[in-house]
Amino acid sequence: MCALSGDALERMSVDARPEVPAVPHRLATMSTIDSAEVVRLAGLARIDLSEDEVTRLAGELDVIVQAVATVSEVAGADVPATSHPIPLTNVFRDDVPGETLDTAAVLSQAPEAQDDKFAVPQILGEEV
Amino acid sequence: MSELIRLTAAELAATLAAGEVSSVEATQAHLDRIGAVDGDVHAFLNVSDAEALASAAAVDAARAAGETLHPLAGVPIAVKDVVVTKGQVTTAGSKMLEGWVPPYDATLVTRLREAGLPILGKTNMDEFAMGSSTEHSAYGPTRNPWDLGRIPGGSGGGSAAAVAAYEAPLAIGTDTGGSIRQPAAVTGTVGVKPTYGSVSRYGLIALASSLDQAGPCTRTVLDSALLHDVIGGHDPRDSTSLPEAAPSYADAARAGAHGDLKGLRVGVVTELGGEGYEPGVRASFQAALDALTAAGADIVEVTCPSFSAALAAYYLILPSEASSNLAKFDGMRYGLRVEPGEGAATAERVMSATRGAGFGDEVKRRIILGTYALSAGYYDAYYGSAQKVRTLIQRDFAAAFEQVDVLVSPTAPTTAFPFGAKLDDPLAMYLNDVATIPANLAGIPGISLPSGLSDDGLPVGFQILAPARQDARLYGVGAALETLLLDDWGAPLLSRAPKLEVSR
Repeated sequence: MCALSGDALERMSVDARPEVPAVPHRLATMSTIDSAEVVRLAGLARIDLSEDEVTRLAGELDVIVQAVATVSEVAGADVPATSHPIPLTNVFRDDVPGETLDTAAVLSQAPEAQDDKFAVPQILGEEV
Repeated sequence: MSELIRLTAAELAATLAAGEVSSVEATQAHLDRIGAVDGDVHAFLNVSDAEALASAAAVDAARAAGETLHPLAGVPIAVKDVVVTKGQVTTAGSKMLEGWVPPYDATLVTRLREAGLPILGKTNMDEFAMGSSTEHSAYGPTRNPWDLGRIPGGSGGGSAAAVAAYEAPLAIGTDTGGSIRQPAAVTGTVGVKPTYGSVSRYGLIALASSLDQAGPCTRTVLDSALLHDVIGGHDPRDSTSLPEAAPSYADAARAGAHGDLKGLRVGVVTELGGEGYEPGVRASFQAALDALTAAGADIVEVTCPSFSAALAAYYLILPSEASSNLAKFDGMRYGLRVEPGEGAATAERVMSATRGAGFGDEVKRRIILGTYALSAGYYDAYYGSAQKVRTLIQRDFAAAFEQVDVLVSPTAPTTAFPFGAKLDDPLAMYLNDVATIPANLAGIPGISLPSGLSDDGLPVGFQILAPARQDARLYGVGAALETLLLDDWGAPLLSRAPKLEVSR
C-alpha cells in the first residue's frame, strides 16, 4: 500500500502506544507468552488492544502455546514440510483481458472514496 | 403447504419437475418457516425474501416455457455468510464487514444461480469461521433445534441449524477443520467436506487457504451429492481447483443406497476414539459399525499414530494462515474504518484502531497466535514443525488407505453442549474438532451423517473418510449406511427432534 521502512513502522506502532515499551524478541525456546509479548505481537498484527485484553490474551495464549509446542517433538529433521494438501503446479492463462469489477460498485463499499479511487488516511506520521 | 418444508431436496425437485407445486410456493413455504422459527433458532443473519421469490418465479416461468432445467432448479438454498453474494450483504459473522455488499459472486454462488436455486439468505457462523459453536458470531449465536439451550456446532452452525429446523432443504457450508461436519453431527444432519480443490474457493472469505473447502449441508446423503454436483468442478479463478472432471456424486449415492457392502474394508481409526469420547457417542458409533458388519463390511482397526499431533499442528497452521489472510481487513478499501481516539489519524493508526474495534475475541486470539508462530525466531520451531506433522499425517492416511477402502470415526467427541460451557476455555473448544481436523490437513474428503441419539437424547455424527478425489466413495458408503439405519429407525432421525414453537 505504501513504502515504509521497517524502522518507520516500528516507530509508528510504538508511538501509538507510548505507555508500553517495545520488547526485543527472544530466541526460539519453548517460551511463555506474557503481557509484554502480547503487546509486541499486537503491534506487529496492527490490532489495538485494551489493557484487559492484553492480560486475558497473555494467560490464554500461554496455555495454547504450551499445548501446540508439542509439534516440535514429533517430526525429525528428515521429514519434509508439507505446505499444501494436494501437490500444486503453476497455473497459467493466456494474457488476455478478463472481467473486472465495476469501479462504482467497489467504491460504493469503501469507507471513503474520491475521484474514482479509494481515499485513505495520511500515510506518514508527520504533523500536518 | 407446510409439508413442502419436510421434503428432501431430491423429493422437492421431483415435485417441482412434475408440476405439482411451483418454486414460488416452495420458496414461500421456506420463507414462512424462517419467519415462524428463526426468531428462536437464529440460523440466518440475512433473509432475501424478494430476491429468492424473484429467482423462483424465473424458474417457474422457464419451466412453463418448456425449457430444460437443472434437476435442482427451483429448490431453495441457504448460503453461509462467509461466501460472497453479489448484492446481498455478506459479513462473515463479523462487525468488520457489517452491512458490506459484495460487488461479485463466489463461483459456487454463480453455479447455484445458473442452476436456478433461489437463495433464501445468509447463515450465521463464528466470526470469520473461527469457532465450533457459533458463540463467536458478532451477531449472537445460533441455537440448536434439538435443544435451544445448546450450541449448533460451528463454525457453520447456521447452515446446519437451518437444514435441521426445515428452514431450508439445502445449505452451503465451509470446512477448515470441521466446520461442516461437526455442526452436522450435533444437529442430526448430513455434511460433506469435499476433497481440497473439488469446490472452487473463489469468493470464499479465506480463513486458512490450504485448509478451506466449501461443501453441502443437507438432511440426506443423496441431497449432499446432488448439491456437490452443482457446486463442484474446475474453476480457472481458483489456482488450486482440481482440473479433472468429477463423476456424478448423485449417481454414486443412488447406487450406494441400494448397494451391497460385502467386501468393503472399513478402518476404525484407533486415535479417533476411546478416551475423551463420551460413552453415548461411542455406543452410537459402535451400533453403526455393527450395522455395517451385518451388511457384510469387514471392520478392522487402523492406527494413525501422528494424528495425536494433528490438533497442535492445526492450531499453528490455521492461525498462521489466518493472520496473513485477515491482514486485508485494514479499514482502507471495504468494511469498517475506525479513527483512533487521539493523535494523528495516520493510515497506520487507523488500521490498528479498526482492527481493535472490528475483530472479536477469538479472531484476535488467533491472529496474535499466528503472528507469534510466524515471527522471527519462532518460525522453525512452530510453523515449520507443524508442516512436518502435516507430512506425517498424510503418510498415515496413505498407509491406512492401503489397508482399507474408507476410514471411520465419531465426527465429534461429544454431543451438543450448553451455551457458555467452553467459551472461556479456548483449548476445550478446540478439542471439538479433534476428529475432523486430520482430513483438512491431508486434503481428503469426509462426510458426517447421523448414527443415532446418545444417552442424552441428542444426535451423534458418524464420520467417513476416503482418499483424495474419491468423494464418490463417501456418497456410496454414506448412502448405504443411511439406508441401513433408516430401516432400523423407521423414520429419519430428525423426526425425533422436539417440535419448534411456531411464532407469527
